Amino acid sequence: MSEMVVTVAVVLGTVFGLLSAVGILRMPDVYIRLQVASKASSLGIALLMVGVAAHFGRLDVTIRALLVVVFLFLTAPVAAHLIGRAAYLMGVPLAEGSKPDDLAGRYDRATGELAGPGPDPERAEPVRKGLRSDEATSGGPTVSS
Amino acid sequence: MNIADGVLDPIIGAALLAMAISLIITFYRIVRGPSLMDRVVALELTASLVAGIVAIYAIGTDEPALIDVAIALALVAFLSAVAFAHYAERTTQR
Repeated sequence: MSEMVVTVAVVLGTVFGLLSAVGILRMPDVYIRLQVASKASSLGIALLMVGVAAHFGRLDVTIRALLVVVFLFLTAPVAAHLIGRAAYLMGVPLAEGSKPDDLAGRYDRATGELAGPGPDPERAEPVRKGLRSDEATSGGPTVSS
Repeated sequence: MNIADGVLDPIIGAALLAMAISLIITFYRIVRGPSLMDRVVALELTASLVAGIVAIYAIGTDEPALIDVAIALALVAFLSAVAFAHYAERTTQR
């Protein structure tokens, strides 16, 4: 019984590891690759740790395997967010087909903070005005300086 | 160091082989990757895959102490990803 659990967990975890590698090879964009790498590999490691816990069946090993899983699930989204933010601030281009770039023109590239719509943070309208920056700059009641 | 009972043995071998293939694919992305951030993402995935290999090897050799290696590896990988992102962001904006 426990051997079957170990087998299923190891096979599934390996499949997810292989899928994340294929995804990081095939996906067209840094941001999409980030999704694949963080999520699929987290799930793969979690399944492998389930296999480890089921194989040994001891309390201390189970606690350590659980510690790995908890730590991974806490840190992988944080690391993915930081890497994606750094990539966007570095100006890594999006893939060809990905159309709505909601952050276009919203980042103040000097300080790295989210500014208001448009390049000028002085006349900051509410951010919800228009979803895209070209709407916000052309449609809104902009004061011509 | 007894390899686990019979049935598990070829599965462990096949899993290690598949993880090695994944590592080779990820290494191709590190070499190729058009931007620096592609390489950082691939490095983080490499650390995760090596942690998975350590876990599989711990099952295969019945050695529970190897789980500590996976814990340390996950810690160091997170720290390196955060440091990479921080300094890459810091060097581009001025």
